[in-house]
Amino acid sequence: MPPPSPTLDATTSAGFLLVLSTVVPIAGVLLAFVLGGRYARSVASAVIPLGVTVTVAILIALPHSDGVIVYLLGAWPPPLGIALRADGLSAVMLAATAAVICAVAAFAAADFSAATGDTRTPFAFWILLLAIWAALNTIFLAGDLFTLYIALELLTFAAVPLVSLDGQAETLRAAMRYLLFALLGSVLYLLGTALLYALHGTLDVVLLSRRVSAEPAVLIAAALMTTGLLAKTALFPLHLWLPPAHAGAPSAASAILSGLVVKGSFFVIVRLWFDVMAGLPSFVAMQLLGALGAAAIVLGSIVALRQERLKLLIAYSTVAQIGYLFLMFPLALGAGKIESGGALAGGLVQAISHATAKAAMFMSAGSIYATLGQDRIAGLGGIGRILPISVLAFALSGLALMGLSPGAAYLAKALLLQAAAERGQWWWALVLQAGGFFTAAYVLLVLTYAMAPATEQVTLKKAVPRAGELAALALALCSLLLGLAPWRAYLPIPNGDVLDSLRLGAVAKMLIPLLGGAVLAVLLGRLELPFRISPSWNAMLAPVSLVRRASLASSALVERCDNVLRQWPTACICLLSLAAAFAAAMRIAF
Amino acid sequence: MTAVRVFGVCAALAVGLGLYGLITNPQPLRKIIAFNILGSGVFLLFGVIGRHGAAAGVGNDPVPQALVITGVVVAFAATALAIALLLQLFQRTGSATLCNDAPRSAGPDPPGG
Repeated sequence: MPPPSPTLDATTSAGFLLVLSTVVPIAGVLLAFVLGGRYARSVASAVIPLGVTVTVAILIALPHSDGVIVYLLGAWPPPLGIALRADGLSAVMLAATAAVICAVAAFAAADFSAATGDTRTPFAFWILLLAIWAALNTIFLAGDLFTLYIALELLTFAAVPLVSLDGQAETLRAAMRYLLFALLGSVLYLLGTALLYALHGTLDVVLLSRRVSAEPAVLIAAALMTTGLLAKTALFPLHLWLPPAHAGAPSAASAILSGLVVKGSFFVIVRLWFDVMAGLPSFVAMQLLGALGAAAIVLGSIVALRQERLKLLIAYSTVAQIGYLFLMFPLALGAGKIESGGALAGGLVQAISHATAKAAMFMSAGSIYATLGQDRIAGLGGIGRILPISVLAFALSGLALMGLSPGAAYLAKALLLQAAAERGQWWWALVLQAGGFFTAAYVLLVLTYAMAPATEQVTLKKAVPRAGELAALALALCSLLLGLAPWRAYLPIPNGDVLDSLRLGAVAKMLIPLLGGAVLAVLLGRLELPFRISPSWNAMLAPVSLVRRASLASSALVERCDNVLRQWPTACICLLSLAAAFAAAMRIAF
Repeated sequence: MTAVRVFGVCAALAVGLGLYGLITNPQPLRKIIAFNILGSGVFLLFGVIGRHGAAAGVGNDPVPQALVITGVVVAFAATALAIALLLQLFQRTGSATLCNDAPRSAGPDPPGG
């Protein structure tokens, strides 16, 4: 075994910042408990700026300390002690989390204030918001697998009550399903951890990465942990809990759940494969992960196009976008080893792009829901006049998700396409392009209805505060401009013309996915379009309507498949067979 | 058969039983109990691992014990949360099933907003 590197046995000068980034939100939670429900919002509004300051300090300190900050708890070095480590990956995720938490707090400030009379719901919301922040920060900084387990569980325990904040039977059921499935996932993860400890006597990420070899027990552990985490990330076909939970939660909570919570377990998968098990033989296993991602994109998008409710459409869009995140895994595999190159950077940037854009999307959908008192897509007519800012925020976040330059998704797509070209795996490039078409399709579908004139008199249920709408707009703009952020200081972005192509000229290239999306929306959207086509066109469009009927029938079939897959026993059996498939795939050496 | 191996087999059995129960039982309360059996199996495995280290001459490895205690606390918290949710659900609806995927188009507007 090589001697421990300096990153292992000493706390670096900025190490205390890592502790603060967990302790500050937790202190806020405890303080809110002491002061009681009426002050929860004030506590949160005091703690959030503090937490953001800590995150900014970590972002500034990281490039000055050779790209890694370490803190050893109690100054005990691993394997006995526990280390917190921040690298470039943690830094960008910390920053994205802080940004989304700020925006959601600004959005929720009016909805969850004690002034409305009910103190219990605001109390729960603000405490859970801070708890989710603490758990996510711990996940991004944890240096060993067991700390990651604890942080993942904290994240789940904070996320589940957010789903059922309104206490209605349907959301309680969604929360219960979410909790049980997440628990199953985390038990599998813990089982894998136990096996790894039995084999190598340590759970420290850096120590393990030096010790693991392709023994059968390690492969089983890897398969169990990966599948458990996939269940928590809701990758197809393990997405049974996601649509009801994310669509039923209050909008501010949906933004957090969809934007941030699923990224927590995704980040652990990244840590696992890029840091701990980078050297395992895994060509087939990585292709399998990528294939699941591709299936998630197709199924999630098709079912999203068939939804009648806006929030369910956005939830299914999350199912599809989670698939996108997993395309980085096959592309990162170099010669027998997973390399931290452009594909890793692309995947992380994609995760951040989705975190910001999807949170903005749910927030604008929340404003629309609150104004209309419902969120049927067919009933959105006229909302473009009533809530121009929210509709603009929805459109901008949709464009950001599609990959409009200079958005983060554009940069991610460019990086992944470059990696696909380098590895000669052209089929993933096809999936990446198709994903853009599908995203364009459901965003255009919603915008068509939102911009249409109202069919009947619209009654406004409630006036939404301007600050909330602006928070959604700010986050959408943030996602749309993130491609220009200084990523190179934190992520391994290869040299090349990827960043130079972030020019306005690339906007023209956006027309292709927009056109493709429009075709898909017409073919697969179940709802009648809100405008009339003149009779003289009808004769020419007859073949189109024939194709449309055929594609609608096939998309109905996909929806039925989705309904079967979302049954509890089917999903559990999928989970177990995936674990077996991963273990078998890793046995096939390439 | 050594004691360690007996415990190892017991752990595997508990994991298998728990998984079976979690998949096949439709009632949430039984699912929660099955989850606890599954968890106990994993904790027992940690015990076996600690003892196994002793067999290899390391001495009784204390780290798995620490992990188990933390794990038990987490499983306890999870069970408490699940039971609380279940009680709420029962008080709201008078039944505690998860199976009906609420109708999407008919009926009053579903929650969320």
